Amino acid sequence: MINANSKILLEVHDLHATVSGTEILKGVDITVRSGEIHAIMGLNGSGKSTFAKVLAGHPSYEVTRGTLLFDGQDLSALAPEERARAGIFLAFQYPVEIPGVANNQFLRLAYNTVQGQRGEEELDPLEFDDFVREKMKLLKMNPDFLDRSVNEGFSGGEKKRNEILQMALLEPRLALLDETDSGLDIDALRIVANGVNQLSNKDNALILVTHYQRLLDYIAPDYVHVMEAGRIIRTSGKELALALETHGYDWIHTDEQVTETRP
Amino acid sequence: MSAALQNLVNQPYKHGFVTNIESDIAPKGLNEDIIRLISSKKNEPEWLLTFRLEAYRRWLNMVEPVWQNVKYPKIDFQNISYYSAPKPKKKLASMDEVDPELLRTFEKLGIPMHERAALAGVAVDVIFDSVSVATTYKEKLAEVGIIFCSISEAVQRYPELIRQYLGTVVPPGDNYYAALNSAVFTDGSFCFIPKGVKCPMDLSTYFRINTEESGQFERTLIVAEEGASVSYLEGCTAPRFDTNQLHAAVVELIALDDADIKYSTVQNWYAGDENGIGGIYNFVTKRGLAKGRNSRISWTQVETGSAITWKYPSCILRGENSVGEFYSVAVTNHHQQADTGTKMIHIGPNTRSTIVSKGISAGQSNSSYRGLVRITPTARNARNYSQCDSMLIGSQCGAHTFPYIQVQNNSAQVEHEASTSKIGEDQLFYFAQRGIDAEEAVSMIINGFCKEVFQQLPLEFAVEATKLLSFKLEGSVG
Repeated sequence: MINANSKILLEVHDLHATVSGTEILKGVDITVRSGEIHAIMGLNGSGKSTFAKVLAGHPSYEVTRGTLLFDGQDLSALAPEERARAGIFLAFQYPVEIPGVANNQFLRLAYNTVQGQRGEEELDPLEFDDFVREKMKLLKMNPDFLDRSVNEGFSGGEKKRNEILQMALLEPRLALLDETDSGLDIDALRIVANGVNQLSNKDNALILVTHYQRLLDYIAPDYVHVMEAGRIIRTSGKELALALETHGYDWIHTDEQVTETRP
Repeated sequence: MSAALQNLVNQPYKHGFVTNIESDIAPKGLNEDIIRLISSKKNEPEWLLTFRLEAYRRWLNMVEPVWQNVKYPKIDFQNISYYSAPKPKKKLASMDEVDPELLRTFEKLGIPMHERAALAGVAVDVIFDSVSVATTYKEKLAEVGIIFCSISEAVQRYPELIRQYLGTVVPPGDNYYAALNSAVFTDGSFCFIPKGVKCPMDLSTYFRINTEESGQFERTLIVAEEGASVSYLEGCTAPRFDTNQLHAAVVELIALDDADIKYSTVQNWYAGDENGIGGIYNFVTKRGLAKGRNSRISWTQVETGSAITWKYPSCILRGENSVGEFYSVAVTNHHQQADTGTKMIHIGPNTRSTIVSKGISAGQSNSSYRGLVRITPTARNARNYSQCDSMLIGSQCGAHTFPYIQVQNNSAQVEHEASTSKIGEDQLFYFAQRGIDAEEAVSMIINGFCKEVFQQLPLEFAVEATKLLSFKLEGSVG
């Protein structure tokens, strides 16, 4: 929901970033206020997933230029775990498997770490068990997942749900959903999107990174950005996503009038 | 490699200090005179001197083995002092009389003995450079007929028992280092659980090497008679020196009918510095004989220290229905090397063995699992299950598995499973993204990986082992 008076959560200006010496982000600008939902679309290799990882502080990426402010604080000074504790959450495109570490242990440690940071109460294993089971209902997840190793042997859809479960537990102020829709069948997509919608409120913000319009049928963005060659080349409302769906990404270059005329 | 992780592993060794106690050290070198000196210092009976000398003569004719997957410069056996005993001011009757300097050492090690012993209900037989300084809880154990004392004391007080069992599981000529140990062992522990007695507490020995260039050659002998059971804990630390020290111990376990011996080790000898200078050579022979029907021998080891760890705690399953178990975690970092595993020799019918080995390598270290499962012709319906998992941290370390399986009875069932995994940057980033720093992440992953082994440890030890492992691997990932 757009409200020009709400607080600026994320302010990115002229962001350049490299991986192994190759520049991927070449001057990204974006401003996100609390309560807003943004979608970043673009072709493979356009830099949208990189952008999400850079925000989260992935060690393989180096910021070479530009500013990255979260709630007025310079993010580049913060380690990834500090960014997470400050309220930045990344739902991974490919969540890693962690054999031997039980999901419930992992979830509880993450939850308590973030709670501790906020000066709020930490939960013991029994309290946490009740708490997490409630949250799992939101995503229609089987409680068996708690006893399994983190993501190990999970199907693509189960992994994605586990990501959103973590989002529900950690209640981030800014959530980045990196291709959360990929690999989901239509039912799972609906459940995940419904979960995300319930978590969205006026005090937090969402950035959805996606190829397709399909997710946006369920989670309505306030802004749609198109990324190409490491920059955001177009920003508009939800209708932009529909236009892209109809015409394909090339259309951006061939006919810039159409967006104005669509409903 | 992330810098934060680097820092974590590179923490200095916590137990690296030397205690200034006047030591009574034998001149360096090995010959029959030195052996006679050791034997006479210890006031040993003639048969034990003969045992030593025969072992020495066999040793002279043996060749140092070279098949192991570890590398080290040739050891100069003439450059080692074979006897070093702290000079006692007088006979010690209680812990209060122990040299305060020595007690401070234990404080630094984090084992304030009386408290720890009392609180945990653990009897600690302290070995300080080969001589047993004090044994606690001895009287309490004596009430139920359990003997728990230093092997030197046992030689004096229970010579028949020692003579009956010493060298029966690991004969003096068994291997190069066992022969050396048999010739020059200076102290160790003896534990005897009589028929039908369940030892009411965990027995514990704390080994520590203190003198530079002294070898430590302890000898441990544990006998559980019919229906007896005991859980024995061994912890090891050593101060840091730039030279390498040899530790060549022998441990023998004997379980008669229905007896049960559980032997747990947490080994944290000095591992050398990050460049591989110094550290202990831990070349140990440990073997248990499940002699009686339904007897059980269980080895659990957490090996985190030593420049080189080279040992195979083994079980000879002779009794019908006897059970052998080996649970191991071996961690190597920097330039450490480990070649460890077990041997399960099935002789009796319906014998069963389980092997669970977890190797963790970081830095430039190398870790090998080597294990033998032998089913002899008499072992009808024998079963073995082996699981060997390796975890690599970083890209410059190595993990190897050498399973040897020899089956001579076709009713046997032998299973072997192996896996290799790696802690990667992506896993750590995943944890970090959920607010969990690298140190906690590594600790969680490692504990998950080692869970099956840690579950076998007595609770106190399990906590210690968990801490030790996290400490050991801090900063090694990236």
